[in-house]
Amino acid sequence: MKFAVIVFPGSNCDHDAYHTVKHVLGADAEFVWHKETDLKGADVVILPGGFSYGDYLRTGAIARFSPIMAPVVAFAEAGGPVLGVCNGFQVLTEVGLLPGGLLRNRSVKFQCEQVHVRVEELDTPFTCAATAGQVLRIPIAHGEGNYFAPPEVLDALEANRQVVFRYCNAGGELVDTANPNGSARGIAGLCNARRNVVALMPHPERACESAVGSADGLVVLESAVAALGSDGMLRTG
Amino acid sequence: MKARVFVTLKPSVFDPQGQTIADALHSMGYDGVQDVRQGKYFELDLDAATPDAARVLAGEVADKLLANPVIESYRVEVD
Repeated sequence: MKFAVIVFPGSNCDHDAYHTVKHVLGADAEFVWHKETDLKGADVVILPGGFSYGDYLRTGAIARFSPIMAPVVAFAEAGGPVLGVCNGFQVLTEVGLLPGGLLRNRSVKFQCEQVHVRVEELDTPFTCAATAGQVLRIPIAHGEGNYFAPPEVLDALEANRQVVFRYCNAGGELVDTANPNGSARGIAGLCNARRNVVALMPHPERACESAVGSADGLVVLESAVAALGSDGMLRTG
Repeated sequence: MKARVFVTLKPSVFDPQGQTIADALHSMGYDGVQDVRQGKYFELDLDAATPDAARVLAGEVADKLLANPVIESYRVEVD
């Protein structure tokens, strides 16, 4: 089983993702430079965190036109599991695989801190190994993580159970003081309608070993292994 | 031919930067400033034969790249 970690100019969590997949999870991982035009036979694609193109214009706005994005979109549209983390989430909204957009944090500050998120949905390839309502303590590091979508889109996301992660307190309660950036309805992560494309602003790949303070994020990547199974067929239900 | 593109957040989208600027102006005593919305301004140098062609080209690049239609709207001016 192989993970492709896409590398844009300015990605800086690509090595975190690679390390976690290869050395903690024990799966195969390969960096794929954004100028490439194929995914090297990967079973899972990760769009990592960072500052692709220096966040010029808008976060993710230029990266989404990189040559590798055409095969990423085709892979996603064919049902392949795609995980976007932080800047990866921003790229996925810009390219239209996920609805809405990420605005400047309501604090107008870059925020780098540990947060708690609650796993809201289990039938995705990146949460199927979690338990319902599981609370993960994982870090955020972003200036533009304030999720926005028009009210009717938010209602549709809720109705289709596409809100996969919400900011919560340590006890799993959804309170505004636990929402670090002002995201609509406390949304920390969501999936597409088909549920194979999942993205979140917090960094599960940075919280996969107790030596770094939390291993809560590992369940996100373990889910991908569980979802694909030994035959490589995606199953999340 | 020159075109100017103004990109702004849609009225329904909260603008924390504009709000911070407005708060700063109020703390400076400019109570007459009721609200601030921050945006982006682009100057495009275009190879276009007519103002209409320039407007079409500027609109196309604004749609595709300069603005994100989910959160922003834009306005084009051509000399």
